[in-house]
Amino acid sequence: MTLVLNEDQLMLQGAARNFCQKHTPISQLRKLRDNKDETGFDRGVWKQMAELGWTGMSLPEAYGGFEFGHAGLGLVLQETGKTLTCSPLISTVLISANLINELGNEDVKQTLLPKVVAGELLLSLALDERVVHQPRNTASTAAAEGDDYILNGEKTFVLDGHVADKLLFVARTEGQVGDETGLSIFIVDSDAEGVSINRTWMVDSRNAANVSLHDVRVSRDRLLGSAGDAFAALDRVLDIARIGLAAEMLGSCEETFARIVEYLNQRQQFGVLIGSFQGLQHRAAVMYSELELCKSLVIAALNALDDDEKSPLDRALLASAAKAKLCEVAELVSNEGVQMHGGIGMTDEFDIGFFLKRARVAQQFLGDAAFHRDRYATLSGF
Amino acid sequence: MSNLQKFRESTRKWLDENCPPSMRTTMVADEIVWGGRNAEFKNPESKIWLQRMAEKGWTCPTWPAEYGGGGLSKDEAMVLQQELQRINARPALTSFGISMLGPVLLEYGTHEQKLEHIPKIVRGEIRWCQGYSEPGAGSDLASLATKAELQGDHYIINGSKVWTSYADKADWIFCLVRTDFEVPKHSGISFILFDMASEGVSTKPIQLISGASPFCETFFDDVKVPASNLVGQLNDGWTIAKRLLQHERTMISGFGLSSGQADRGGVTSVLDSLEGAAKHYRGDADRLSDPALRDDIARFKIDSAAFAFTSQRSMEETKKGGPNATSSMLKYYGCELNKRRYELLLRCLGSQSLGWEGDGFSEKELQVTREWLRSKANSIEGGTLEVQLNIIAKRVLGLPDLLSLSKK
Repeated sequence: MTLVLNEDQLMLQGAARNFCQKHTPISQLRKLRDNKDETGFDRGVWKQMAELGWTGMSLPEAYGGFEFGHAGLGLVLQETGKTLTCSPLISTVLISANLINELGNEDVKQTLLPKVVAGELLLSLALDERVVHQPRNTASTAAAEGDDYILNGEKTFVLDGHVADKLLFVARTEGQVGDETGLSIFIVDSDAEGVSINRTWMVDSRNAANVSLHDVRVSRDRLLGSAGDAFAALDRVLDIARIGLAAEMLGSCEETFARIVEYLNQRQQFGVLIGSFQGLQHRAAVMYSELELCKSLVIAALNALDDDEKSPLDRALLASAAKAKLCEVAELVSNEGVQMHGGIGMTDEFDIGFFLKRARVAQQFLGDAAFHRDRYATLSGF
Repeated sequence: MSNLQKFRESTRKWLDENCPPSMRTTMVADEIVWGGRNAEFKNPESKIWLQRMAEKGWTCPTWPAEYGGGGLSKDEAMVLQQELQRINARPALTSFGISMLGPVLLEYGTHEQKLEHIPKIVRGEIRWCQGYSEPGAGSDLASLATKAELQGDHYIINGSKVWTSYADKADWIFCLVRTDFEVPKHSGISFILFDMASEGVSTKPIQLISGASPFCETFFDDVKVPASNLVGQLNDGWTIAKRLLQHERTMISGFGLSSGQADRGGVTSVLDSLEGAAKHYRGDADRLSDPALRDDIARFKIDSAAFAFTSQRSMEETKKGGPNATSSMLKYYGCELNKRRYELLLRCLGSQSLGWEGDGFSEKELQVTREWLRSKANSIEGGTLEVQLNIIAKRVLGLPDLLSLSKK
């Protein structure tokens, strides 16, 4: 399969770039942060994104989607990474809608997905419980009681949890912490009795929450898929999300690097442009090379999601490869972003710090480099 | 059925009938066919394989049929490559004529020069070597001092080259010589071809840290070369020299590609994959017991896969233009990968990777030691890694050139 974008993809990329530069420049994120905005993103812009079709990009036409593939959404996310766009694209579309599409029955899909596409329904996956991502370590419980389930558990790092209308709550219907079997996913209304949501103010000024469920009663039809065997489907969707996130991280790295090169070509010291110093040139050239590898890996991984001939194992290997690599390179490039700008890079007034902050949050979300190298090794049989 | 599909079918059929059985096994170092007047065929089937491939021009698939090449389109060549890979076919011919000289001769040579040299490269009849580096001109290649003086219809060449790969086995040399000492250094260089059997040419192998002697010192003492052997314009050799280096870097970056091949799921004998080697020598069953080694192998394999995708993407993007400045990036990264792989292999094998000779070590283990040492040259030959990073900084990123002041 080719690793070069086709005409349609190039057009989509161009349109997304224009939109983000116009409607979600970094100044918008700065404003949301400074105002301690209650929603944490711009609902008007979200509506426009829905009108552009971004909310239905990867979903089937049967549920109002546009079937432009996961690669399409990935290209959009790459552009949103360049401007550090704050929106529910990741929580609602990339993760939750894909999860419902993967696991839900016809009824659930017909009810929920068209609302996502219309930009009217916000969803969030409540998965992580500890300070590091490890889905099989889920300890939250779901106990069957008559026709209902009783849910209990503490969740953290729940993206857009403070504004989500519904939560996709991962809990254990059987088995022990560490088991892959026994995991189930429930659709829980955010305002249900026993649900408490506390917004957490993250360093990247994006939105997350701690969510706690205490004896929350839901009916059986709120179970997404069947009881106890959600892990495989969850993992498949997490791989889609990891690759999409890697695409966003790539965009952020590209923009950081472009700003570095621009600064090297503009800042003078000792009577010459600092970009003429070999010590800086070589570090820039190394970053360029690493970014070229990142680009290839992200395109290959996105394409694999839309390629029917690829197995879940192929995709899992590419997802972990892409996330691991992007985590490493995001750390390198975001650090160099500050260092190569010198003193001004340390100031809040200058934008480069926003890229550093976003990089670390993205690195930890859905598994850091070590998590994914470990997974890659396990999947490869060593 | 599309034409490409038809081509694939006929190619598959032809390979099925013409590729000898032993040519469908992984290449071993001492059976590589380099061609030349004194060509050696340790495996007799490799001679048959070369003849059959050369007859179709498929040793150089995209070169014009007019000069003996395959005349294939890029797409057809890709299909041929895929079909060769499918049966694990060995390269019929490996040579600097194919990877370096041929492409620039086709771009800059006269019709007569092409007619004289290209068919012999395709058929593996002449083995070429590269006269570039000199004792005083390494990374600063353009300061080379080997002198060519015009006397009537001949040039008289005096000087010496160093790191000339296989000069002692080569039939002809493509050589950079200074034809004008009065102008800035880049403007007085010419690109010339001559027979290594000419009077006044001598070579002396250099023993390397690996114990092998693939490189030579090469001396020219009043060597007489016909003026018609000059390629391109007089004093414009630097243009051709740089172009050839791009081809050389693409070739060397291929080392990184092939070195990680097994680690991307190709062959899986004990020494062909890092995890296979680690399991065998350390007695691990499924999961490697050394977590640091396991993590480093995973990182290597991910980078190796990303590099393979990058080479593929670069090839697709440069389908029309041939190699460009990204060849420096591929060269830099591919060589670092290959070096990393050997360092990891040493860790996998432990002390069994550190033998020099004798019965205490298997032939394969001794080979690992030697190849590890050999790999250190990867980031020196064809332009050091520092030179590649300089090129990326200036040509790709457009950063200012502090050195340009001293170029005069």
